Amino acid sequence: MSLLRIDKMSHDFGGLRAVNNYDLNVEPGQIRGLIGPNGAGKTTIFNLITGIYKPTEGDIYLENERITGLEPHRIAGMGIGRTFQNLQLWRHMTVLEHVKMACYSKITYGLIGAFFGTPKRNREEAEIEAKARELLRVVGVEDIADQVVINLPYGDQRRVEMARALAIEPKILFLDEPTAGMNPEELIQMMEIIRHVHQELGLAIFLIEHRLKMVMELCEVIQTLDFGRVIAEGTPEEIQNDPKVIDAYLGKEVVA
Amino acid sequence: MLKKLRNSFSHVPLLSWLLGALIAVALEYYLGDALADVLRLPKIPVLFGFVIMLKKPLLIPSALVFVSLIYALPISVVARLSASITNRLVAWLFKFPTIISVVIHIGFLYAILHLWSDVSAYRVLTLKLTMIAIMVTLSLNVVNGYMGEFSCSHPGFMALGAYAASVFTVLFFAKDKLFGPAILPEALGPYMFPIALIIGGLVAALGALAIAIPSFRTRGDYLAIISLAFMFIVKSMIENLEVVGGPRGLSSQPDYANLPTVFLWTVACVWIINNFVRSTMGKALNAVRDDEMAANAMTVNTRKTKIVAFLFAAFWAGVAGGLFAHVLRYVNPGTFGLQKLAEVLAMVYFGGLNSVYGSIVGAVSLSMLSEALRPLEIFKWIIIPLLLILVMIYRPTGLVAFKEFDVKKLIKPKHKQEKEV
Repeated sequence: MSLLRIDKMSHDFGGLRAVNNYDLNVEPGQIRGLIGPNGAGKTTIFNLITGIYKPTEGDIYLENERITGLEPHRIAGMGIGRTFQNLQLWRHMTVLEHVKMACYSKITYGLIGAFFGTPKRNREEAEIEAKARELLRVVGVEDIADQVVINLPYGDQRRVEMARALAIEPKILFLDEPTAGMNPEELIQMMEIIRHVHQELGLAIFLIEHRLKMVMELCEVIQTLDFGRVIAEGTPEEIQNDPKVIDAYLGKEVVA
Repeated sequence: MLKKLRNSFSHVPLLSWLLGALIAVALEYYLGDALADVLRLPKIPVLFGFVIMLKKPLLIPSALVFVSLIYALPISVVARLSASITNRLVAWLFKFPTIISVVIHIGFLYAILHLWSDVSAYRVLTLKLTMIAIMVTLSLNVVNGYMGEFSCSHPGFMALGAYAASVFTVLFFAKDKLFGPAILPEALGPYMFPIALIIGGLVAALGALAIAIPSFRTRGDYLAIISLAFMFIVKSMIENLEVVGGPRGLSSQPDYANLPTVFLWTVACVWIINNFVRSTMGKALNAVRDDEMAANAMTVNTRKTKIVAFLFAAFWAGVAGGLFAHVLRYVNPGTFGLQKLAEVLAMVYFGGLNSVYGSIVGAVSLSMLSEALRPLEIFKWIIIPLLLILVMIYRPTGLVAFKEFDVKKLIKPKHKQEKEV
């Protein structure tokens, strides 16, 4: 049984077809890559699956349950965690609060607990705090738990976003250019983290990436997107040697 | 010099300050008249000498002597001397559940306010209105500060609460020319007053629902516009409702809102709102404010969060309105207009966004300032806005913004700071 299945999904922005007949099949525990030139529609596909946009056509199934058109928080609660291309952190909140916030759907104390500070609330808050600290340790930022995120270096912010996405206890993790803007050292650490969560937590991962080295090393299957259409799908080797992919990235060779 | 002075008080816990203040107000209560007489002051200066200094500049020295002898000196001396004992006491109290220490501190605070306000009826009224201002400011801060939307409807919510609570008490427990004799025995009234206030709050929350449903579909200026319209609708609706007195207003509310009642409601309001904004459910408001898309992608039900917070804020504005009507024992729709809105917004932005401290500071300082500067008459309306402009220039988010109100931290025993700090 596939974890995430997409059938012939299309999306129009006005008259522009941004995504055209997109199919996807992610097996549990698989690492998949999505590459393509700028403006190919990669982030749009993420936003369609996570519910920020509603697809014009087609269907999305998570563990055989149809999730097309549900609200983003519902889809996230069902097990799709994600990070964003341009770090979407909450600028006034601390690192710890970020990760705790992502446990929102696990909270059961309700408004009464929130208003009156009941023992149940204190217990649950302590539980999610312990869980959040554990996740911060996994991504290696546990010592800055009480700092406000905007003061952190870029690499640390990326890790916080990663920990936050993990806190919703996802079945599949969507990473939108997780290494954008990172220096080589941070890049290696981020790859370690991705490998770690993949192996330890057994998560499926679906990532958009521009650094081909990283995609080729990590992913089992790669899709290449151009103008909203999948032009090639296969293992890293197949993709690397596919003339269509080379054309999309470098432009066609003009035969003299 | 200033640093040295601050250093020598750094280990004084809150309880010592409260003890000092209690002794100061007790001094004023028993010796104030005599001292005022000696200093040739007409009576005890009501607001720390501000009013009298502005009215009669010749009395400035005497007023200063009075304030330093009655307040500054006893408070600082008692606080400094008792620090070592109270520190030990507070540390001992911390062995029990925190609630016990909190109740003791609140008890002290009430004793101080009670003694202080017992000197004149003017002080009682100022104090009650200040506490109501705290409630309104804090509840508006939930929307404008924590949630980062801009709502203008708080006077409308106050009006709804004030009228709903007044109609309840006047109808059931008071004789009135509009509603006739009391339906229930009058003695029952004070016990039913909390119910009246809660009804006021619920009616306000119901009004808020009417705003929330259309305006929280999207973000932006919609809420500001819709809520402003709501405020005017409520005002003109009440003006045209002859059943509740129309523009002439509604009077003969029973005298239920005494100082302890207002105090307890204020404490409850601060406590509950502080609980809420410090829980992860309340922090969701900050997440919605800072990045709604990310909040949604992290399983936060943003629409529900926004609506709940808005109704919650409206509820407390309604309760504050109910108290307001019963403190003045008269209410008319004209009170809840643009001027009130400007006042509340000023308190929120002056005190500080996203901060319970800030709302308390803003409400207390602006209420007191507006009373203290009363003798300046028209110039008051130049000085206060000028102050606001200065705050906006030098501290754009307000005096104490983005600071958590951690009661435990506030009342814990304090230790002397290290030298090199």
